[in-house]
Amino acid sequence: MGETNEPRRTERLPEWLVEGLLRLGESAIALIVGLAIGAIIMYVTGYDAWLAYKSLFGNSFLDSYGFTITLSYAAPIMLTGITFAVGVRAGLFNIGAEGQLYMGALGAVIVGWLAWRIGILDSVLGVLVAYTFGVLLAITWAYIAAILKVKRGVHEVVSTIMLNWIAFWIVEYFRVYLIYNPSDPSKTISMPPHARLPLLVPDTELSAALIVAIAFTLYTYYLLWYTVTGYELRASGLNPLAARYAGIKPEKAMITSFIVGGIASGLAGAGEVLGRPPHYAITTGLSNLYGLGFDGITVALIGANHPVGIIFSAILVGALKAGSRYMQIAAGVPLEMVRVVEGIIIVALAVPGTLRMVREYLRRRRELAELEKR
Amino acid sequence: MDAHVAWLFTVSVLNAMTPILLTALGEILAERAGIVNIGLEGIIMLGALFGVMAAEAAHGPLPGLLAGLAVGALIGLLHAWLTAYLRGDHIIPGVGINTLALGLVPFMLIVYWHSAGQHQVPDYARVPRVAGISPVTVFAIALAPIMWWILFRTSWGLAVRSVGENPEAADTVGIRVERTQAIATIIGASLAGLAGAYMSLDWLATITKEIAAGRGFIALALVVFSNWDPVRALGGAALFGFFDVLREWVKIMPSVKAVVPDTLLNTIPYLVTLAAVAGVLGKVRPPRHVGQPYKRE
Repeated sequence: MGETNEPRRTERLPEWLVEGLLRLGESAIALIVGLAIGAIIMYVTGYDAWLAYKSLFGNSFLDSYGFTITLSYAAPIMLTGITFAVGVRAGLFNIGAEGQLYMGALGAVIVGWLAWRIGILDSVLGVLVAYTFGVLLAITWAYIAAILKVKRGVHEVVSTIMLNWIAFWIVEYFRVYLIYNPSDPSKTISMPPHARLPLLVPDTELSAALIVAIAFTLYTYYLLWYTVTGYELRASGLNPLAARYAGIKPEKAMITSFIVGGIASGLAGAGEVLGRPPHYAITTGLSNLYGLGFDGITVALIGANHPVGIIFSAILVGALKAGSRYMQIAAGVPLEMVRVVEGIIIVALAVPGTLRMVREYLRRRRELAELEKR
Repeated sequence: MDAHVAWLFTVSVLNAMTPILLTALGEILAERAGIVNIGLEGIIMLGALFGVMAAEAAHGPLPGLLAGLAVGALIGLLHAWLTAYLRGDHIIPGVGINTLALGLVPFMLIVYWHSAGQHQVPDYARVPRVAGISPVTVFAIALAPIMWWILFRTSWGLAVRSVGENPEAADTVGIRVERTQAIATIIGASLAGLAGAYMSLDWLATITKEIAAGRGFIALALVVFSNWDPVRALGGAALFGFFDVLREWVKIMPSVKAVVPDTLLNTIPYLVTLAAVAGVLGKVRPPRHVGQPYKRE
């Protein structure tokens, strides 16, 4: 009976809402496929998948402390998700969030190093300077890829991956030789105590970095849909030729997109240093930063490259990251399993228009049934 | 530099260029047919992983190399299904495969070998070498002219190139566009899988979670650098291999070590890749229909 009511109801809904719901459905299916195949892998390798997921989601969503960790992880990957999404909106595959995030974190730690020497920076001012310097370094990093793309035609997938690796080794160089921690070889020097972001909930890892992340994410929504710059950016992404005929320069839109992406990743990297206890630093091998940029790609794809979708998908992926610790403790499953699930989700999202195909199939079947009735 | 050192250096360059060359040759074939696969990095990692598992299980290197090929072929099949048949995006599946590999390799290292980070390959599973040179290297170097011959001197090669240049025209003259693209993609991806198995079973004799270290993407850059020409890819791979080895060699030279820290020397292959792709690009021309889904009217 539901089937006969459905078409009339969807026809009354506005098109953008139908599209949005379909996209939400696709993300939900991809998520289920990812978790299901993840469960199969756990089963094959001898783990209790049910216990793993129960401890993962139970702790990351239902436990109040666990949920603060979920939100604390949502903050950086929301921003790196914006980096990828703003790229896609301009027709780019900017997978350089990882390296830009490293540079953002490096900028913040350098300011922290200065703050131990210049007293005035050990304050809110230091936080602002650290954010600014981190973002500037990240923009520089993104701008290299932008210029290579626009002037030399270098594909951004190749250039940003190379820049990610170069950034990794530059930060390692700084960590080992310049901004090392004299009392703890496993990390760089930490931000001094007053140049840190306040915690939103005491004795957790959840800092004001989350507010920065949500504010910038909402700003990109405004930028993309309510400004001329954003309109030009999206128009160039949808059809660069048509945009050019309309007097828009796609090259300019690409550069804008790289810069906005650089700001987002820079905020993410600096925010990790300024607002994540207990280190307030970069750890050996960048282990506290590693992967946050790539997680952004998952976040953006699940969130349909839309800032509002990204806020929710960042919380979801943040929960996977936060819960993976509990999963490792309770079910013994190595926490890398979460990245496997992420990969499967992305591949599942690459299946074009699953729900559209289903809708099309149902429509045809219904029409056939009506024909047969006559 | 005496002859022995020169020979050692040459062998090192051959070692380092082999995986990049194999991967790039495969990707040239796929991109000539119009399919971009950025999941090469992940395929190398998974080829390396399952290569070791198969070689240890079967007590010999050959099943390991075949397993690498098979893993690549399977992922290529998935990629071809998503891109050629379902006409989906070319980049997203690759991103997914790379993410999957980034998780699965360290996961399996812990689950299968109970080791966090790396596993040494036992001697019985290593590929034997003749005069210090791996048979896989010989195969890779021989494959470059063979691939050129296939692409430019056989009718199937003509079909591949026409599908990548103008699928509508190819379709009109009766070439099966999707099937041609699928075969090219599967062969291409299987070569990346072989490159991975070569790295773990032959060159490095170990499997680590960062075994690929960007080589999949360096190979993608090499495809552009070579102007989608297998023979030029051979020269390019030698160049990349040279700088890769140079980095390792200057790192242990005391005179260099005192001036430039090793962390910065590690950036050499990536800087060279960027410079190569940025510097010579004016002259190259990609297949016209590369990376775009072919939608029949």
